[in-house]
Amino acid sequence: MKTVEQIKAAIEAAVPGAGVTIVTNPSPSAQHSLLLNPSQAIAVANFLREDEELALDFLSNVTGVDYLDKEVAEKVKVTKQVAKTVDGVEQTIEETVEETRKHLEPGHLEAVYHLFSMRKKHGPVVLRMRTVNRTDKVELPSFTPIWRSAEFQEREIFDLYGIVFAGHPDLRRLLMWPEFKDHPMRKDYVEPDDFEYEPTAHDSVMARAKSHEAAGEQASLSSAEAAR
Amino acid sequence: MAVDKELKIELGKQGVFVTTIEELYNWGRRSSIWPMQFGLACCAIEMIATTMARYDLARFGAEVFRPSPRQADLMIISGTVTKKMAPQVVRLYNQMAEPRYVIAMGACAISGGPFKQGYNVLKGIDRYIPVDVHIPGCPPRPEALLQAFMTLQKKIDGQSLTGENRPRHLNADAPGEFPVPVQGEHDLEPPANHLVWPLPVKQGTGNCVQGSEKQ
Repeated sequence: MKTVEQIKAAIEAAVPGAGVTIVTNPSPSAQHSLLLNPSQAIAVANFLREDEELALDFLSNVTGVDYLDKEVAEKVKVTKQVAKTVDGVEQTIEETVEETRKHLEPGHLEAVYHLFSMRKKHGPVVLRMRTVNRTDKVELPSFTPIWRSAEFQEREIFDLYGIVFAGHPDLRRLLMWPEFKDHPMRKDYVEPDDFEYEPTAHDSVMARAKSHEAAGEQASLSSAEAAR
Repeated sequence: MAVDKELKIELGKQGVFVTTIEELYNWGRRSSIWPMQFGLACCAIEMIATTMARYDLARFGAEVFRPSPRQADLMIISGTVTKKMAPQVVRLYNQMAEPRYVIAMGACAISGGPFKQGYNVLKGIDRYIPVDVHIPGCPPRPEALLQAFMTLQKKIDGQSLTGENRPRHLNADAPGEFPVPVQGEHDLEPPANHLVWPLPVKQGTGNCVQGSEKQ
């Protein structure tokens, strides 16, 4: 099978302006993936499926990833004009100072597709697509028209991560009920506080159990007072 | 009025059968508990095994699994109750005619089990409907379900038709319908019916506050 670099070259030859970047995997598996530009993704996917040499006709797995906003600290060398007294005389000297600058890298949601070829018996080729941010620009093109097996998995990602797949034939929640508003697999999801005690409590669960205990005792006191 | 046990056996030997209405009534109730035919997860497989020839639930008069809640007496909550399924389970229970019983089968049905800290699983069906017998296990073996059946039969046998101990269907003040939880924007609403499931006061002590409101 072609390497990721070769596939990238093939895509760029077939789809002008595809904007494919390689995301390397430093682990021993070295399963590198291709990051697609969402605006060109449908054309790229069509090429990958129809190309005689690649013939990626089987979509085995679709999943989502959530990347939170990240604060990145960088060390930058800055030259500054500093007023200093040297040998009793005030002077302005240029001085090079190392500064740490922090900037916020915006988070995004990602959909990951694993493709195989049944005909050529090779794979996987891993595709990724990223949304602009995690809040309002969460649209990605749907691959369901190209690989039918993406239908339910994209629905699941829509349900659990909140990525909106444009062009999906039936984009509804798959696992949670339709009235549900949250996306439980997102990292900032706050789960409902719905168990009052825990037989093997530990860490955060222990803290929660203790708060419930206090609340329960309060209730028993107030009900005892009411009975009096 | 209770009949002396020895005398009863002696009379039986002579061909005279003595009983009380209560005994007859309870015998009838406990010997024909028809379960509802529905399963929720892997515990249901064990429930099916229990009905088959090797374990043979028919010995207890409970072989007829009814596909309609109107004809069923017993609801076996066999498996994980997800929050998506919980309203339907409560609705099915409401549709059953009295006398009706509930067996919560397996770790998930009694407490949420391995999914207790998850967002999508109900932490025990006893939050919404009254449960007669809880069976621990993951999943419980068919013998455990038979044990639960026998426990339920003993419970029915021990009930008197009058007084405080009388079964719910003979008590006009007992609630007949249990509120079906609504699937809300973040969780089921309400998260528990505190008339059925009071808040525990302290871990492990088992003391409960009767009918306390949710905090």
